Amino acid sequence: MDWEPLFLTFKLAFVTTIILLLVSIPLAYWLAFSKSKIKPIIETLVSMPLVLPPTVLGFYLLIAFSPSNGFGKWLDEWLGLRLVFSFEGLVFASVIYSLPFMVHPIQSGFSNLSKSLLEASYMLGKSKITTLSRVLLPNIKSSLLTGIVLAFAHTIGEFGVVLMIGGNMPGVTKVASIAIYDEVESLNYAAANSYSLILFALTFSILLLVYMVNGGYLKRFWK
Amino acid sequence: MIEIFLQKKLNAPSGKMLLDIKTDIEPGKFVTLYGKSGAGKTSTLRILAGLLKPDFGKISIHGNVLLDSAQKIYLPPQKRKIGFVFQDYALFPNMTIFENLSFALYKNQSKKILDELIEIMEIGDLQNQKPDRLSGGQQQRVAVARALVQKPELLLLDEPLSALDEEMRNKIQKYILQVHREFNLTTILISHDLAEVLKMSDEVLVLEEGKIIQSGNPIDVFSKEKLNGIFQVSGEIVKIKTEENILHLTILIGKDIAKIKVNNKEYSHLNQGDFITISSQDFSPKISKHK
Repeated sequence: MDWEPLFLTFKLAFVTTIILLLVSIPLAYWLAFSKSKIKPIIETLVSMPLVLPPTVLGFYLLIAFSPSNGFGKWLDEWLGLRLVFSFEGLVFASVIYSLPFMVHPIQSGFSNLSKSLLEASYMLGKSKITTLSRVLLPNIKSSLLTGIVLAFAHTIGEFGVVLMIGGNMPGVTKVASIAIYDEVESLNYAAANSYSLILFALTFSILLLVYMVNGGYLKRFWK
Repeated sequence: MIEIFLQKKLNAPSGKMLLDIKTDIEPGKFVTLYGKSGAGKTSTLRILAGLLKPDFGKISIHGNVLLDSAQKIYLPPQKRKIGFVFQDYALFPNMTIFENLSFALYKNQSKKILDELIEIMEIGDLQNQKPDRLSGGQQQRVAVARALVQKPELLLLDEPLSALDEEMRNKIQKYILQVHREFNLTTILISHDLAEVLKMSDEVLVLEEGKIIQSGNPIDVFSKEKLNGIFQVSGEIVKIKTEENILHLTILIGKDIAKIKVNNKEYSHLNQGDFITISSQDFSPKISKHK
């Protein structure tokens, strides 16, 4: 069996999750605490990938980043960045596609905290950044964990967006979900089955671990 | 002198209300804000703290301007030297008690103050616990201590004692009075408990519908309202029984139940659940001696 698609899948999920974490914390903070009038619009945009067919997203990204079009051409010429049929493109598309899975848990974590925690920290003279890093984030650890794991698992499972913008290039964009499709197409069910089993077992274990940690089962076990 | 002038339109439960407060507070005084819920007490405190922006106003502490809407001065809560004790205590759940207190230190502040506060509030044994292991009264003591770490000029307490039982309340009242004196604080406390107001404060501001309707020494303020008489008690009618021309009233006064019979004709307007005051006029009280 060719291990490369699996390796690529986890590399993609790992990079995507790290970028998502960095993007989602400020975004979720803003969504949880802002009273801005454009908030519903941003909230809608963040949630769009939940309902939009992945192929729609992939299609527009493909058009936008195609080097024969304005924006894609500009990226190509000025930044040397080609986002179609490349690993970077997959990362970009995955970040957008898995955004709600990271933002929503963190946002609800922030919203569920008592507002007086934030205010108490301000009254003690602490800046917004200090308050975020020392008071807010440490108190929403389980939301952060949920976000990280959901985003990671969701990126492993994506298919449509990846196929549209990345295609099926071995070692570059051929992730496990596409490899499975590929093997089935060529009637190679045994290989498809091994990829599928590995993905199934891994995602099951990851989710199980989260529920055990967040439900306090592990703590009870260690005591 | 602490000069307070503030105006803000608020959405009170009874509809729109204009909060309109103007008062001066002498340094070192213990002041209570007294009034029904929805009268604007918490909003006033939050505006002082900088957690809520008034539509219009000017606040200064000993000449330092915290807020002046005419000159567009608005210090954020971080820059006001004000300690605030929240109704829900707002201790940080991720930190131990000691960490909660030391988090409050400003940059390069000596840790000596922590020992002092831990001793006064008698929370030494709790230092390494997380807040969720503490009782309400213990959390309250920690919250007061934390608010004092930076030695604020003004201490604001947002109804901190309402969730505590009477015994714990008495105890915390003592602690608060003690730090008020020892730290030379000016303190503003929200309370709707008359006994608490009388016990703690030098001055009371009675708020109604967003305005100060009375202010001054609490004993003077509250005895003005009262009828002319030698004594009076207030309570709630918990039961009414009618018997021919007589009403049997059962009244809850504090923790005691009293029963009294009155003439039906005169008092037919009384209902169960009414709060009433019974007073005895000069020269006609009925007195019995305790053995």
